[in-house]
Amino acid sequence: MKIIVCVKQVPNTNEVRLDQKTGTLIREGVPSIINPDDKAGLEAALKLKDGQGAHVTVLSMGPPQADAALREALAMGADEAILLSDRPFGGADTWATSSTLAAAIKKLDYDLIITGRQAIDGDTAQVGPQIAEHLGIPNISYAEEIRVEGGYVTVKRQYEDRYHIIRAKLPCLLTALSELGAPRYMTPAGIFDAWKKEIPVWKRPDLTIDDSNIGLNGSPTRVKKSFTKAVRGKGTVMTLDPEESVNWLLERLSEKFII
Amino acid sequence: MQIEDYRGVFIFAQQVDNKLAGVSYELLGKGRELADVRGSEVVAVLLGSKVENLAESLGQYGADRVVVVDDPALETYMTEPYAYAFSEVIKKNKPEIVLYGATAIGRDLAPRISARIHTGLTADCTGLEIEPETNHLLMTRPAFGGNIMATIVCAEFRPQMATVRPGVMQRKKADAPKCRVERMEVKDLAAHRNVEILEVVKKVSGKMDIQDAKVLVSGGRGMGSPGNFTILEELAKELGGTLSSSRAPVDSGWVEKDRQVGQTGKTVRPNLYIACGISGTIQHLAGMEESDIIVAINKDPGAPIFEAADFGLVGDALKIVPLLTEAIRRTKERKATA
Repeated sequence: MKIIVCVKQVPNTNEVRLDQKTGTLIREGVPSIINPDDKAGLEAALKLKDGQGAHVTVLSMGPPQADAALREALAMGADEAILLSDRPFGGADTWATSSTLAAAIKKLDYDLIITGRQAIDGDTAQVGPQIAEHLGIPNISYAEEIRVEGGYVTVKRQYEDRYHIIRAKLPCLLTALSELGAPRYMTPAGIFDAWKKEIPVWKRPDLTIDDSNIGLNGSPTRVKKSFTKAVRGKGTVMTLDPEESVNWLLERLSEKFII
Repeated sequence: MQIEDYRGVFIFAQQVDNKLAGVSYELLGKGRELADVRGSEVVAVLLGSKVENLAESLGQYGADRVVVVDDPALETYMTEPYAYAFSEVIKKNKPEIVLYGATAIGRDLAPRISARIHTGLTADCTGLEIEPETNHLLMTRPAFGGNIMATIVCAEFRPQMATVRPGVMQRKKADAPKCRVERMEVKDLAAHRNVEILEVVKKVSGKMDIQDAKVLVSGGRGMGSPGNFTILEELAKELGGTLSSSRAPVDSGWVEKDRQVGQTGKTVRPNLYIACGISGTIQHLAGMEESDIIVAINKDPGAPIFEAADFGLVGDALKIVPLLTEAIRRTKERKATA
């Protein structure tokens, strides 16, 4: 079985802080990580590899430094990694990102494609289903359990108030939830091998795709502006003993007719 | 593409088990506003099996027209038959704007359609308005884990599509509802079922949905242990509300995921939000700062939650909350006997 896992290198947004004076993001010193949902997807692929044997290829689109994310994936146990990196791919929205990734995937053999549900820097959850559409294969989003048997994949698909058990014939694309399991650590031997491996970098001429479907020019959406939110007006903060605290709060809430 | 040919605001009227999702009404509320600015109509697209009975309530909340695709193949949500049916509705009607709820269904369906009909899609919007000079839809959404807001436009493609975070837009009853119901036939829908649903398992929860609650008592890591959430439930019960949580207790398995407020959880806007032992990360604030009144109880006077609170108490929630519950109980009793 051949599995392709798409990963994105993202800034760890949990460590992004706002400069209180200027209201801008402090991005300096924020570490880059493999997007958590993608890492859960990689773990699921590696479990399938452990259990029934599979060839796992990791694919990423990004700047040259995304190489580090791919090496981490190799050190976890992926067999092969490919980086899509070239200036014409830059500035892509989800539409152009997914069509570029799909063009790369068309050059590869696959039975199963796994992407994370969403990336923590954008939170869109769009690229997975869009890749599947560009490839013309079914997708099952929000996967929290995966089983592969006899050319079919069976998935526990999460919704807000229920789950569906869905079976699809391969090839199929899944989007992974963190519920699939905690990602394994890199092994020392894995790290050693990962740094020796060559990670091919695919550039614009390597893909068969129209210019109108890649990068900024291939993106139907544009960011018009970005800004920090207006802070809600600060209220009153009191330090009192517990009894007094309760009395003070009850008075305030009755003034507002809440109680 | 002739952009002028595209008219009307279409919303996905999501239904499951013949019940409309709350966000469908919220989309109608916002859709009505946008359509009034554009001088066009609001159309609800209702997909399902034996669902025509839901059309009337869509009219009551602002739809001018309901397009119903009623087919046994649409009984239970499945990506491809829904994506196919909706794409056919879009191709035939050429809407200017299409809105979906950012639900586990909407966030699966909308990207599939955007790739198919080749147009842009903006995810999880919290603000939508028409730019007066260009008539383009300005779609505003949190990015970077809620750290910044970004306004997105889709200038050269139609329809302009967005998913909208549930709980953000306001539903509004129409003053004089007049709604046309129009059945649309989509051929061979059953042939578009490319996966098989083996089982549907509903989670049984006796608890109120946190997005419907008027009062939320919310706990964070500072509550210390799962057992301590009982005192929050007691306070919530006394206030006629329910329990919610920040992300940490959910990640630790103390609280169910469907209780989580914030960027990766739900957006809530209750009348009263009481944050106990919650530090107030940007991701958490993004999910609750629209609440009418925010109360924060936290030991750390430097906790960012105090920046967002109307009333802040520096102190131990484990001590303050039980006293508060008791005091509210006494107040209510006094009022009842007065």
